[in-house]
Formats: sequence, C-alpha cells, structure tokens
Amino acid sequence: TLAERTNLAGVRHILLVLSGKGGVGKSTISTELALALRNTGKRVGILDVDLCGPSIPRMLRVQDSAVHQCDSGWVPVFVGQDKAIALMSIGFLLERPDDAVVWRGPKKNALIKQFVTDVAWGDLDFLIVDTPPGTSDEHISTVEALRPYQLLGAILVTTPQ
Amino acid sequence: AEAAELRARLRAVRHTVLVLSGKGGVGKSTFSALLAHGLAADESKQVALLDIDICGPSIPKMMGLEGEQVHQSGSGWSPVYVEENLGVMSVGFLLSSPDDAVIWRGPKKNGLIKQFLRDVDWGEVDYLIVDTPPGTSDEHLSIVQYLSASHIDGAVIVTTPQEVSLQDVRKEINFCRKVKLPIIGVVENMSGFVCPKCKNESQIFPPTTGGAEKMCQNLNVSLLGKVPLDPQIGRSCDRGQSFLAEAPESPATLSYRNIIQRIQEYCEQHHFQEEKIM
Repeated sequence: TLAERTNLAGVRHILLVLSGKGGVGKSTISTELALALRNTGKRVGILDVDLCGPSIPRMLRVQDSAVHQCDSGWVPVFVGQDKAIALMSIGFLLERPDDAVVWRGPKKNALIKQFVTDVAWGDLDFLIVDTPPGTSDEHISTVEALRPYQLLGAILVTTPQ
Repeated sequence: AEAAELRARLRAVRHTVLVLSGKGGVGKSTFSALLAHGLAADESKQVALLDIDICGPSIPKMMGLEGEQVHQSGSGWSPVYVEENLGVMSVGFLLSSPDDAVIWRGPKKNGLIKQFLRDVDWGEVDYLIVDTPPGTSDEHLSIVQYLSASHIDGAVIVTTPQEVSLQDVRKEINFCRKVKLPIIGVVENMSGFVCPKCKNESQIFPPTTGGAEKMCQNLNVSLLGKVPLDPQIGRSCDRGQSFLAEAPESPATLSYRNIIQRIQEYCEQHHFQEEKIM
C-alpha cells in the first residue's frame, strides 16, 4: 500500500497533543511524554506543527540546529540524552530564531503536509505531534494528512480555570 | 470599494489598539478586557472591545456576557453592551452553544473579521480595543490589512517572563515591524507571586533570560509595566467580573492601572501629533 512505502511506514503509534487554549502546557507535555517514553526504551519522535510559535527545539536545547535532506526527505534532528529522539520543527528552518513566520493558511497547510510525509522518521514506536492552540488550519491539515496512518488518538491538555 | 466601506464604518473610531502576543495563554484577553473596563471607567468615553480570536473566544466569558446573542438592526450588527459606554463583539455571541468548535480555515476566519469591522454598528468610539489569538497568521494579517482603511494607534504586546514566551514574542515584535504596526509597548504578566499569607515573593515563571525587561532593552521597545500573579485575576475572569473593580487594592490592579494610563497617554499624544500634521 501507499502507506507502507512512506516515511511513516515504520511508525507504530501516532499521538496528537491538543488543547484549544494556548499556554496550558502542550509543548511541555509533548516534550516530557517523549522523554518519559524514551526512558522506558521506546523509539520516539516529535513533530512540532506549531508554525508560528515552535517551542520544542528550545525545550530540548536544539534551537540552533539545522536540518538536512536525504534521499527519502528531511532528516530529523536527534535530541535527548542519548540523541535518540527524532524531532522536526519549523524552528529548524528559520534563518534567524526571531524570524516571524507570517503565513496564511494555505502556506501553513503545504508545510504541514510536507512535515507529515517528507520526514525520514525511520522506525518509531511513538510519534508525538505537538500542535498550536485553536481548531484551524494546522489542526485540520495535520489530521487530514495523518488519517491514512496509525493515528492512535489525541491527548487534550488544559489548566483548571 | 471595500476599503471605502470599511473606512466609512471606522471613521467614527478615534483610537485603535491591538492586543497581541505570539504566545498563547499569557493574558491577552485578560488584559484586553481590563483595558476596556479601565478606559470605560471614564463615562465620557465610548469604548469598543472586538474579539477576533475565532477559535478560542474568551472575551464573552470574561465580560460576563456568555449566552448573549447579536441583534441586527437597520444600521448593522449591534454590539453587546456591558455598560452604556462599553460595547463588545465576539464570535462567541454567534455560537448556538458555548462548546461549539469553530473549525475554520484561514479564508473563512478572514471573512468574519471583515464582517466584524464592516457590519458592526459601533457608533462613535473613542477607543477600539482588538483582542487577538496567539500567533502571526491569518487573523493578524487580516486585521492589520483591514484596519489600514482606518488607522491603528499601535499594538500592546503581552508576555510572561520565561524565555519560552519571549521567543514567541520576539517574533511578534518582528511581525509588527514587518507590517509597520507601531508598538505602544510590552506588558509582562504573571511577573512574580506574592503569597497572601507570608508575603514572600516567588517567581512562578522565572525570567531565566532577563524577562521582558531585557528583551525590551535589546529590541528598543517600551516596557509598559509588569503585573504580578494574583489568583483573584483568574477568578474574576471566570466569573465575568472586572478584576479592577473586585480587587482595587491588589498590587496587580495598581500595575494594570498604570499601564492603562500609559496607553491612554500614548494614544492622546499620537492623536495630537496627527492633528498637528493636518
């Protein structure tokens, strides 16, 4: 099948981390979840689809990293103590860290599709997808692009108020 | 022709302030609501609060207006009035249920924002406050574009002290510069917590890279003020009450009031300069 021949073929479970509300700890939870799963010996990747405010690179101390291409697409940045967690974020594509990504929906959708299909994840037990707040372009495009694959489900993050 | 329509509708708006961040959950809506309340305390001023956070509209709840609906009249959509001199508009008022998700792509969101500006009968307004969602995307591009038919005095950018917020806020500052939107200044929220029992101060969100103060120095932007964390703020927001009215003695209230005054002064000066030019 097409799914078997793609970059997500070796990913066993895909988890979305959502909220609706900003600033409740989605990126923090995504990061901690990835580290905790890695600690139990699982192979883990993180896909950061927050294009306007990508927080994951800094949280894993790779904000100055760059990404490279290989035959099957982009090579993720490997992070964590044993450099075994694969990470892709728009943060790695910015020329300068303070550059604003001022894109309308269609351009965001195009990049998200690329992030889903063109990153050479390899074999992973879990791919955690961190999202921005809201229920808009990024969310619709991410779910649409991931639907053919092993989408386990969503974790929703909130604060008490 | 569209620009002319918007210009006509917005002609009676004297000052427009955008409340932005880049980062979510830092207190944009809270600040927008309190700025509106603070400005409307002067009964001679007419204040309008426009909530363009289409996916997560917080303003109706914060202003105690949940469940209100928008009425149409011959002159357009009627804002929902909290006070005689404080009118509010939000997508929240258009939902049949508060839990309904607005799952729209950019173009549809842009369309509604245009409608908010074109079809709402704000009347004569001294201050139009626009609350925005986090980010630098459709809503932000559109509001700047549509309001260019009128004018924007400037943007107030809200942050919290930690680097994870500041890194998004620097992007927002760059966005403002890119679209030539003047920056009135930055507000640092959740800046320290004073325990009501022991009076000790704690940094709940430690400014590991110098907080908003350092960022403002580096980027040559005004720091309007720092607002400490006060649990009463969240409580007032949940209950739809003005925190400034509920906790007049709180250090946070004092901070907010100072910041609001600085924004007013900026707007009045700006207007004066414009008049001078004319």
